[in-house]
Amino acid sequence: MLEIENLYLEVDGRPVLKGLDLRIEKGECHVLLGPNGSGKTSLLLGILGFPRYLVTGGRIVFKGDDIDDLTTAERVKLGMGIAFQNPPVIRGIRLGDMVGLCRGDKSGEITDETRVLAKKLHFTEEFLERDVNAGFSGGEIKRSEILQLMAQDPDFVMLDEPDSGVDIENMELVGDMIGELLHRKELPSKRTASGLIITHLATISGYVDVDWAHVMLGGRIACSGNPDQVIREVMEGGYEKCVKECQETQNQILRNIL
Amino acid sequence: MREGVSGDAEPDIEKYTLKSEKHDEKDLHTIADEYEKSFLSVGYDPDESERSGSFLQLDHSVMCSKVLQEGVEVMSTTDALLKYPWLSQYWWRAVAAEKDIYTRQVDRKQTHGYFLRTLPGVKTTFPLQSCLFIGQEGLSQNVHNIIIAEEGSELHIITGCSVAHKVRSALHLGVSEFYVKKNAKITFTMIHNWAPEIEVRPRSGIIVEENGVFISNYISMSPVKDLQMYPVVYCRKNARATSQSIVYASDDSKIDIGSKMVLDGENSRAEVVSRSVATDRADVTARGILVGAAPNVKAHLECIGLMLSDVARIHSVPELEATVEDATLSHEAAVGRISEEEIAYLAARGLSEEEAAGAIVRGFLNVDIKGLPAALGEEVRRMIRMSADAL
Repeated sequence: MLEIENLYLEVDGRPVLKGLDLRIEKGECHVLLGPNGSGKTSLLLGILGFPRYLVTGGRIVFKGDDIDDLTTAERVKLGMGIAFQNPPVIRGIRLGDMVGLCRGDKSGEITDETRVLAKKLHFTEEFLERDVNAGFSGGEIKRSEILQLMAQDPDFVMLDEPDSGVDIENMELVGDMIGELLHRKELPSKRTASGLIITHLATISGYVDVDWAHVMLGGRIACSGNPDQVIREVMEGGYEKCVKECQETQNQILRNIL
Repeated sequence: MREGVSGDAEPDIEKYTLKSEKHDEKDLHTIADEYEKSFLSVGYDPDESERSGSFLQLDHSVMCSKVLQEGVEVMSTTDALLKYPWLSQYWWRAVAAEKDIYTRQVDRKQTHGYFLRTLPGVKTTFPLQSCLFIGQEGLSQNVHNIIIAEEGSELHIITGCSVAHKVRSALHLGVSEFYVKKNAKITFTMIHNWAPEIEVRPRSGIIVEENGVFISNYISMSPVKDLQMYPVVYCRKNARATSQSIVYASDDSKIDIGSKMVLDGENSRAEVVSRSVATDRADVTARGILVGAAPNVKAHLECIGLMLSDVARIHSVPELEATVEDATLSHEAAVGRISEEEIAYLAARGLSEEEAAGAIVRGFLNVDIKGLPAALGEEVRRMIRMSADAL
């Protein structure tokens, strides 16, 4: 689905990613951990091709094609979708309108399809009339972002900290819906959607079953592995220790092979 | 009253003619057919479905004044004054005749205008509609409108002003005096659809008596040469007033508009919401004054501008004036360009940059119109959407 090779990325002239490699296959769900400022969000926005996020080296291949020349909208049309952590308020554009836009419907009408989907995310019809993100609580933002993603139904789903600032009740719902977006209830071979979830405290892994975990440090993927193991090590000893142990394991394997 | 931006030329009223060909009421249907699209674009429905009355003036001729609900009166102000001698007491009470050259001109050379009235306790189910239309090149249309909602009545009005496509240059002077009696309510939705060489000077005064409610919505989306208006609302005890304006200024339009809310009755409330978009070489001045002059009054002013061009200008002038201790007045003013973050957010939902910018502008103009009956509110929202989609 997505192959990132030796990616260098600058944001407003500042180098953020320095030789990042990441490969996500069809049907897989990955989580990405890492300290604040390590470039996790920049990676997502770089994959989406946001204007200020400039690729200066390496390449991003999506569904077999290098997407360097494509605008954000074109990438989205190819099947990418994202749930933002802090989306902006847009005056006069209702949540219901956004859900329509995600489905490619620009009529400005709130349809029954939208209402049914909203109900699934515990939104009332009145809530759909509110300007998008205006005065939304933390949990409402997460649910609204996921509602938009569900309307869009992308093949590759990026989620930026879907578990931050969410209470337990909302967390279960958010987890269920992410599971649905990523076809987690299907047999692995039947899953056609892939996911990349940024998480700070890995809370989400208690609600969504995950195939891989990565730790990002210094603008690169510093450590990858079994999610239970990686998350446990991060929780016990912090990111740096996890990365160190990861490297030791890798060296051990290399020594055994050589 | 401000006389426009200092140093700028005011319209030359002598340049326009007061000689107008008399149109025959019998030609109403021909005219309605000819200008149907223009009428509909300012909310005037020639079929009069869901209306409680109609008033249509073409140039200086009243083509139609019709009542469709009992307890409602619709006629030319000139005829109304002949019918009701008492009406002279309402003449120049909410607006001073000597206010400026335009009010003086309307005082001396009035060319009709509408008289709309609801009798005590009567509530209009559907809105009254009116349209002031200019079809003659170089004309000066000088209307004087008087609107009265008697005690406990409710009057909803949708009114439009426009010109025929063939008209290049014209002057519209419009004095409007509103009297909202005790416990009465007026909602006034006005749609302007002018043309690049038209000069416009409306002058309005609104007196809202005890427990009265006045809600004004103003929409102007097409170019105009020079438009300046500054309605003043006087709120007596417990009165409520809201003014919302939506302006999309393009080409070389010069638009100077705002509202003044004078809260001179205790416990009165007022709200002013202004949204302006300036593109091309348009010049917009968005004003608002809240005057707190009685105990326990409260008012808020929101004045937001969106710039779409490097050669346009938005001048936002919010003013608060309190003359008593317990007046609560606040304002929020902002002028800026379309935010990159908002564009990116919409791009991430599959919209191209152009589509995203369009959606943001339409959203910006899509002000939540409050206080109208459901059907009229829906109609006005639809009209805003339609005119925004046509930009």
